[in-house]
Amino acid sequence: MITFMNNSDSEEEPCNERTSLMSAESPPVPSYQDGLQASQAGEAQAHRKRRTGSSRSPNNIADGETSDSGVPVREGILENEEEELTLKYGAKHVIMLFVPVTLCMIVVVATIKSVRFYTEKNGQLIYTPFTEDTPSVGQRLLNSVLNTIIMISVIVVMTVFLVLLYKYRCYKFIHGWLILSSLMLLFLFTYIYLGEVLKTYNVAMDYPTLILVIWNFGAVGMICIHWKGPLQLQQAYLIMISALMALVFIKYLPEWSAWVILGAISIYDLMAVLCPKGPLRMLVETAQERNEPIFPALIYSSAMIWTVGMAKPDTAARRSSQQAWDAAEDGRENHRSPSHADSQMSERRSPVPTRPITSFEELEEEERGVKLGLGDFIFYSVLVGKAAATASGDWNTTLACFVAILIGLCLTLLLLAVFKKALPALPISITFGLIFYFSTDNLVRPFMDTLASHQLYI
Amino acid sequence: MTLAVFFGCTFIAFGPAFGLFVFTIARDPLRIIILIAGAFFWLVSLLLSSLIWFIAVKASDPRDEPLQKGLLIFGVMFSVLLQEAFRFLYYKLLRKAIEGLVALSEDGCSPISIQQMAYVAGVGFGLMSGAFSMINLLADALGPGTVGIYGDSQLYFLTSAFMTMVLIFLHTFWGILFFHGCEHRRWWEITAVVVMHLAVSGSVYVVEPAPSQDPEALRDARVPTTLALPSILAARVAVTFSAISFLLHWGTLASPSTAHTGVWLWQPADKCDWGWLALMPLWEPPENGLVLGDSALLASL
Repeated sequence: MITFMNNSDSEEEPCNERTSLMSAESPPVPSYQDGLQASQAGEAQAHRKRRTGSSRSPNNIADGETSDSGVPVREGILENEEEELTLKYGAKHVIMLFVPVTLCMIVVVATIKSVRFYTEKNGQLIYTPFTEDTPSVGQRLLNSVLNTIIMISVIVVMTVFLVLLYKYRCYKFIHGWLILSSLMLLFLFTYIYLGEVLKTYNVAMDYPTLILVIWNFGAVGMICIHWKGPLQLQQAYLIMISALMALVFIKYLPEWSAWVILGAISIYDLMAVLCPKGPLRMLVETAQERNEPIFPALIYSSAMIWTVGMAKPDTAARRSSQQAWDAAEDGRENHRSPSHADSQMSERRSPVPTRPITSFEELEEEERGVKLGLGDFIFYSVLVGKAAATASGDWNTTLACFVAILIGLCLTLLLLAVFKKALPALPISITFGLIFYFSTDNLVRPFMDTLASHQLYI
Repeated sequence: MTLAVFFGCTFIAFGPAFGLFVFTIARDPLRIIILIAGAFFWLVSLLLSSLIWFIAVKASDPRDEPLQKGLLIFGVMFSVLLQEAFRFLYYKLLRKAIEGLVALSEDGCSPISIQQMAYVAGVGFGLMSGAFSMINLLADALGPGTVGIYGDSQLYFLTSAFMTMVLIFLHTFWGILFFHGCEHRRWWEITAVVVMHLAVSGSVYVVEPAPSQDPEALRDARVPTTLALPSILAARVAVTFSAISFLLHWGTLASPSTAHTGVWLWQPADKCDWGWLALMPLWEPPENGLVLGDSALLASL
């Protein structure tokens, strides 16, 4: 417990900053000029990013020279294409976020249901000092509200601190903080998790093997998250650390406090991202002004690369393999100045005029990904995990919360496609999740139990 | 019990639906979204109907057995009606979505047709309904115990699994028929779906023997009854409805992703008319045409 408390600043960090969903438009298309600034990411935006092919594929530059005349002619058509492509890829992006969110929830629910450690009460975090073992309901409610106020104020203070650090360009401090927090997650929490799983299944493991496993897991994780690595490995690590963080929250937050905190943090998320003076919005705007990427390793990037054209198989293959490796890094870099973007567009659209017959198959679709903050993963998993842990052993509640969160995410992405600006990902999902948790646990469960006892099927 | 029963019942109940999902729905992200939204709509309808039932139960005397039973039947009927109402609402939503997709597409053609949406919506409703009926049972099946040790039916888990499978299929077919009826303004199709749903849900009470009064026999407050007869009936209904749906839409469900299933042919839906239906009232399918579970049940009796 003491170690948690000492490192608690960095422990809190992931859940502060990543509480919003980010979206971006396709930067090169002029009709989305207003969206272009919004797409210069901060942590508070999810991107559909075009890859900078220029720095990595010399062939693109060669193509660009021959096709400048063709570009204005096709712009009108391209705009419609872009609009249609945006929506056509909209469904795919939703699924690209459904899968990791589902995986994270599955990991959390599976752990909660099998490893008893995470449902045992072993004290509380320093952020929720008021105990809930009080005799009266009113006192318990009051304590949980006070716990929530303390937790949310801690989060607000640290977010503001982070914004100030970013504003005054203390990048080393921020990077050190992030590295420390991911070190703790990848080594300490993984060690505890592995220990508890081994205990549950009564499997013995000697210390040398344990050290080898934990060291490899942690070192590869640090490299993947903070530097470069295969995209899917990075995604897997981000899912795992979100699940670990969610498990810690589920274990150490008292019951009523957890629900009130979930509600309060979605309200906070809404305000922080949408209000003009909200800290996350200021962070985004500062990042836009400087055209810089913000914090690595705390955004899940679901980048997707297609190279459909077969005219240049070598370059396509090389580019895709390069992009797969660079996705981890470029997923976090947002150096998209408008001029840079325009040059990209001319390079990318070059295949089209030179091969008019083969239309779309020759178009090389580069990375288009949606990004979701890790804090969103964490709080979704906390909700579903708490539902699994405390809902009277009922699986229906867990399932209902799961569907509710997915629908909330879908709606949020729909709003994103409509509004094309930074949006918080927590409010809709958490609201649906909370409504469905309480109503399923109290209303649906007795109904379904009575139906099951008479073997009635509706 | 434990693993054998768990896996057996899981695959019986969800195997066909899982196959449907993997082969026809999983490839297309739009269909997955429609599936989950369908599940959500079913969930909301269940929520509202259980709210009504809960209020009714709390307002009534808990000791009055016939009243509680009557309230339960009322709850079931109300839930069925509400589910169909939400199916209609979902149909309306999907129609609007199709208009949006058509407006945003290049060639004025939506990437997914209303018939495909009807199928996916039906599967969504069915999967959620089946999951809510079956998952707690499966979780209990994983633990220790003996089914029917106090003299109740030993086939409780098995019949529940079969009934769940049949129900998932039924929801799928009802979805197709319902949307077809809404599309072509054939109200009697819609009423047929509602009536069949009520009939299937209520059929248990017709054939249920008196529940065991022994309090020790109630494990988790469940009273196992032999569900063979209602599930056979439901399976017959399912086969009939599947035949109807197939004939209605045997052309419209073809798409590049389902072409390899070999079942769906390519033919415009408008060619189907009700002449076919006049030739087949609720017919008794031959032995080899039965759903697998049906024949297994017959064999076990």
